[in-house]
Amino acid sequence: MDYIPLISIFCAAFAVSFGALGPALAEGRAVAAAMEAIARQPEAANTISRTLFVGLAMIETTAIYCLVIALLLLFANPMMP
Amino acid sequence: MDSPLQSLPLFTVGPAPIMASVVVTWAIMAVLVLGAAMLTRRLSQVPSKAQAVAELLVATVDSQIRNVTGAAPAPYRALIGTLFLFILIANWSSLIPGVTPPTATMETPAALAAIVFLSIIFFGIRGGGLGGFLRGFARPNPVMIPLNMLESITRSFSMFVRLFGNVMSGVFVIAIVGSLAALLVPIPLMVLDLLTGAVQAYIFAVLSMVFITSAVEKGRPQPKKES
Repeated sequence: MDYIPLISIFCAAFAVSFGALGPALAEGRAVAAAMEAIARQPEAANTISRTLFVGLAMIETTAIYCLVIALLLLFANPMMP
Repeated sequence: MDSPLQSLPLFTVGPAPIMASVVVTWAIMAVLVLGAAMLTRRLSQVPSKAQAVAELLVATVDSQIRNVTGAAPAPYRALIGTLFLFILIANWSSLIPGVTPPTATMETPAALAAIVFLSIIFFGIRGGGLGGFLRGFARPNPVMIPLNMLESITRSFSMFVRLFGNVMSGVFVIAIVGSLAALLVPIPLMVLDLLTGAVQAYIFAVLSMVFITSAVEKGRPQPKKES
């Protein structure tokens, strides 16, 4: 029985789901901290939001890596004949 | 469904296959160059509406560069401003029906990240000389040399994957939703895509500015620590 496609699809879903979990929690914490900082110091909102955007992009990259791995598994699987 | 990881040739010129993303890229380049040429052909002391918009854009890019680097924006304005504008227009070109944004294929973000990788080296060497740039790899101490060299590659790679992944996933999701329910349903996703495209263009520009600045700063002779 050819079980490689089955495992690939399962692992792709697994990678995306767990790859979304961690960055979601991390981004939530980052945004919460930035909100608190802006509430304390509204005059620094520009600097804080710029740093927040860059940081969010950095965090989000891990989720994007997982997405790319999932797409590699689905569309360009090296194990698939 | 087509794989988002490979692009199909649209037509061939001689032996070279031409992808759709190349055509769109050239169209965007033509729009940018012609637009810039027409805007700057008749500059006046009292700006017209179009000139005011262009000045606002340049002033915004300048102030962002100054905020990030703390230095004069003139050497970086052309590179960073062009990167930002090109990626922004490329991401938003998905609004035109039938056009896949060139940033949603692997080649364009890879080329942009390669440009950033080379310009980090260029500005680093120009800022601190070849010796200073190379010594920057040995900061804070020589044990870090392999890690610093690895980092200089992986951060460009992560810029590539970030831009590609974000834009491609947006296009992919819209294609999937459009195949399920084509009428009006993908519109909220397209709005989200616009936001993502703008944020990704901004982030790409800011991150390349941050990396160039760090290369320039590392190349400078460090002041003696006082303690």
